Amino acid sequence: MTKKKKNPVWAFFASVKLALFLLFVLAGTSIIGTVVPQNQPPEFYVRQYGPDTAAFMQHLGVPDMYNSWWFLGLLGLFCLNLIVCSLERIPQVWRLVTKDNLATPVDRLRKMGIRKRIVLDRPLPETVKMIKSHLGRHHWRTDRRDMEGGTMLFAQKGAWTRFGVYVVHTSILVILLGAIIGSPAVARKILKNPNIAFKGSIMIPESRESDFVWAFQTGEKINLGFTIRCDYFTIDYYANGMPRTYLSKVTVIDHGKKVLTTDLKVNKPLTYKGVTFYQASYQPFPDFIVTLKNNTTGASRTSIIPFGKQIKWPEIGASFGIINKETFGEVVRRVKVWFRDNKDKPSIFWVNAGREAVIERPSGNFSLMTKQLYATGLQVTKDPGVWFVYIGCGMMLAGLLVAFFMSHRKIWAFIHEEDGKTVVLLAGSANKNKLGFEKRFTALVDSLQA
Amino acid sequence: MNSSQLFGITTLAYLLSSAFYLALFVFKNRKLGTIARLLAIAGVLVQTAALGLRWYESYQIGIGHAPLTNMYESLVFFAWCTTLFYLFMEYKFKASVVGAFVMPFAFVAMAYASFARGINQQISPLIPALQSNWLLAHVITCFIGYGAFAAAGGLGMMYLLKKRANNRNLSPETLTGSLPDLKVIDDLIYKTIVFGFMWLSAGIITGAIWANEAWGTYWSWDPKETWSIITWFIYASTLHARFTRGWRGSRIAWLAIIGFIAVFFTYFGVNYLLSGLHSYGSA
Ligand code: HEM
Repeated sequence: MTKKKKNPVWAFFASVKLALFLLFVLAGTSIIGTVVPQNQPPEFYVRQYGPDTAAFMQHLGVPDMYNSWWFLGLLGLFCLNLIVCSLERIPQVWRLVTKDNLATPVDRLRKMGIRKRIVLDRPLPETVKMIKSHLGRHHWRTDRRDMEGGTMLFAQKGAWTRFGVYVVHTSILVILLGAIIGSPAVARKILKNPNIAFKGSIMIPESRESDFVWAFQTGEKINLGFTIRCDYFTIDYYANGMPRTYLSKVTVIDHGKKVLTTDLKVNKPLTYKGVTFYQASYQPFPDFIVTLKNNTTGASRTSIIPFGKQIKWPEIGASFGIINKETFGEVVRRVKVWFRDNKDKPSIFWVNAGREAVIERPSGNFSLMTKQLYATGLQVTKDPGVWFVYIGCGMMLAGLLVAFFMSHRKIWAFIHEEDGKTVVLLAGSANKNKLGFEKRFTALVDSLQA
Repeated sequence: MNSSQLFGITTLAYLLSSAFYLALFVFKNRKLGTIARLLAIAGVLVQTAALGLRWYESYQIGIGHAPLTNMYESLVFFAWCTTLFYLFMEYKFKASVVGAFVMPFAFVAMAYASFARGINQQISPLIPALQSNWLLAHVITCFIGYGAFAAAGGLGMMYLLKKRANNRNLSPETLTGSLPDLKVIDDLIYKTIVFGFMWLSAGIITGAIWANEAWGTYWSWDPKETWSIITWFIYASTLHARFTRGWRGSRIAWLAIIGFIAVFFTYFGVNYLLSGLHSYGSA
């Protein structure tokens, strides 16, 4: 053993006691932010807790505690602890995994908790071969060393599983790294380039487009470098009136070229050039989009018209308008259409919003489609760190599986002669699930004797 | 037969099963344990059928989705996971008195789901945010974890009870004599927490992925998320305390109980006492 004097600072950060302390403190302090509402305007805290307590809270950053200096500091300490602790132990584990187990003294084998001595009536060389092939049949690939007084065989399984814990610990660092890379605050304050990572939103009325979004919190304008257009927005309802789907049809236009057109729904975002668009909200307007098509000639025109206003289509001498509506909140469910051409009396009828109505007139056959004008509300994020977070999560689950459910198992067999007989001393060890291993070991030895 | 009748039968079976396990604990008659186990198995089978039926019914009324989307359904699923986990544990470790400390959780969850005011039992359609396979994965993984943690909490109480009896040198003829050895309970607590921790981690991760798909933020420190990470910290420290500092026995038993209180608060307290994104409580 080389026990050199450790730097006390290093020793402090390498200790698991500190880890336990930090885990308890992180758990304890995290409660504060679930009890005190977060990110409210300053007046809120004054009203709720009185001016003195509110000032104290502001001082400690309680209104945004998960981004406060002390909470981030705790997380930083936690990472440092994790790094130092792992750096301290990984070399030890490496030595353990690469150790020359054939050199294990026979006396050690005699003292192991799991062991068995059997005496065989065969010559030694044949016994060695027999045991080697028996273990081999059970997937224990043995190494062999002939030494004074006998032959040592050794096999191990799952040596690498000792690193499982460190995969878990590294995964936490990878996740936090991802969080930093994807943080809008880091992009804005440290890298001075809010375009690297941002969260924002934009309201786009149907048929309009935008090449920027408004950043959350700072409210600054962030250019996308391309354009997104809302072609269409609609809400679909269940029979009981609950919303079933919010759907936007959007088109991405890059350098003046249409790149793609797709449907955006909640839980079905669109990612283009690292920027992801989420269906987040909508805004109904009192205007209507009306498409009128002359089915006889095929001519058609679309116009946005305000409620109650008459529109003319002089080429065919038609005029139309929406004269009444049935609403649910701000959402229009049915509209009453007024339509006339230069022949006969006007047609007046109700039609569901978003449905096509066919109008038979002396001058021809028309289809009319009315739809309330909406703006779609998109949340827009750019998070270059999210893949680190996902990879970290995968590492964590894989590492936990290995750390919890797999073990490092070793088997030794020392074959030697005593009083003209061949004696086999078998021993085994496992770093976890010792009972399960002992059962396997016994079965293996029993089948050897049979 | 509709699913709510079947859930009623399940509740009754869990009540009787809990009663028989308690009777086993008190009277130490092996037969009582067999009855208790059969009742639990019958209950879980009926409940499995009921879950399937409720799923089928949701398709019949035209809004088809897995029965895992509101407070009622999650309570029922919690009871199902707890019972299944317990039966698995009993089968594997042959410690049937443990049922006296675990099955009541399953019964209380079912009873609360059925009788508490403000819990809507209707099959309701899914709002757009809940229409996601990640949500399913999230609920399933979390609740398997919660089921294990409920069992760990029950085991923790059992440990402390037995420990007290031992300290007072009560003869093995008394109540707690029928409980397994302290060492056995201690080992079971550890194994159960390990199992639960695995699933809780998966639950937090699938939840984060779902949030990122739906809202573009995988972590927003809303109270429910925060409480789930608090719970995770508590169990992580429990595992470290045991694994690296050799904590055993009462301390781990207490941590198992504290951990379950945190689970309970994550699941209920947050809905009723705090406000946030997760809308189960109001549903
Ligand atoms: C929340 C964060 C953490 C998680 C999820 C975690 C996870 C784990 C897991 C699953 C194990 C295996 C335990 C077992 O087999 O029962 C473990 C072991 C260990 N952890 Fe952590 N850990 C965390 C933080 C830390 C920190 C900050 C340290 C820093 C000192 C640390 C040091 C250790 C050590 C020394 C071991 C024992 C390794 C061995 O000897 O096999 N852990 N950890």
